[in-house]
Amino acid sequence: MAKIKVYSTPTCPYCRMVKSFLKEKGVDFEDIDVSVDSKAAEEMIKKSGQMGVPQIEINEKIIVGFDREAIESELSNV
Amino acid sequence: MYDLIIAGAGPAGITAAVYAARKKMKTLVVTKNIGGYAASSATVENYIGYQFISGAELAKKFEEHLKSFDVEIKENTEVLCFRKLDNHFKVETDKGEYECLTAIVATGRKPRLLGVPGEVAFKNRGVTYCATCDAPLFARKDVAVIGGGNSAMDATIQLMSIANKIYLININNDLEGDEIMIEKIKKSDKVEILNNTNTKEIMGDKFVNNIKLQVNKSVERMLDVQGVFIEIGSMPVKGPGCDVNTNKKDEIIVNKRCETDVPGLFAAGDVTDVPEKQIIVAAGQGAIASLSAFKYISKNIFDS
Repeated sequence: MAKIKVYSTPTCPYCRMVKSFLKEKGVDFEDIDVSVDSKAAEEMIKKSGQMGVPQIEINEKIIVGFDREAIESELSNV
Repeated sequence: MYDLIIAGAGPAGITAAVYAARKKMKTLVVTKNIGGYAASSATVENYIGYQFISGAELAKKFEEHLKSFDVEIKENTEVLCFRKLDNHFKVETDKGEYECLTAIVATGRKPRLLGVPGEVAFKNRGVTYCATCDAPLFARKDVAVIGGGNSAMDATIQLMSIANKIYLININNDLEGDEIMIEKIKKSDKVEILNNTNTKEIMGDKFVNNIKLQVNKSVERMLDVQGVFIEIGSMPVKGPGCDVNTNKKDEIIVNKRCETDVPGLFAAGDVTDVPEKQIIVAAGQGAIASLSAFKYISKNIFDS
């Protein structure tokens, strides 16, 4: 299974919500802080074509924003 | 048939739901998300009991409290209209219909849109409404902040340590807000304040490349920017209150009991004409609305 990635910034409230939501579900993920990792930021923008956080990568699909339903439905496909 | 359906789950809606649950009312909360606009505050320092808490953490506490009761919650759903029938409401949502005896509109507010061409097309492609979230993505870039009040200045100050150059585009003569912020911004050599300036269009290719401005209602000017932070205040989300009286600002008019002009329909929090938009005020109104709904049912439904 490909690792789940969360692209986030430390100050962003919705990023915190996504991360605590995944933790509650017992889902392992890699937290990428795009405020310090500019290479990862570029990679994220290139992949999704979107300049906003959080972005969650599951199964090579990118979900922009904290959308519980989209995340849950993508997790069920893992 | 529900006793009560609450639209929105910010501080007002959640408080209303907790009060309703304690009265054993059969309650449904229909909401796009849990926490509301308050959850996006970087810090909250005036909600009693917490000297300092982030909006996200406070929202989490609210959610835990709500979920400790047996209240049904439909997330990612939006109430389009509480339609009043004889003695109950037909509740139209984007995902089906419900019925209830009483209803509370607690849908709060959302960021005000600028309403210029390109704004929608370039959302998340350079246009953002959340500086706390997205500012770090604009490191060493040139950006514009649209607005002239505290939230615009707050965004500008956050960007001063991140962006290369910040244009603060203000429609009025001068900035208006906290002196400390105004001073900080005027001192910064990274910020250029453009007063009396209208934003006319946001343009770009895949992402934002530039914006078109109009200075003093005549001269047009183009600016090359990669980011546009729109910070021009907020507006009420009054959708579910489709048939109620509102004021000029589109806020739902309520009395002390949080009653609207439609019997059985109540409203609470930032969507109403309450004079102060504060988390604690919204929570207080949520409690009033819920207790009013309970009294309405006791009086009108059981007596008839």
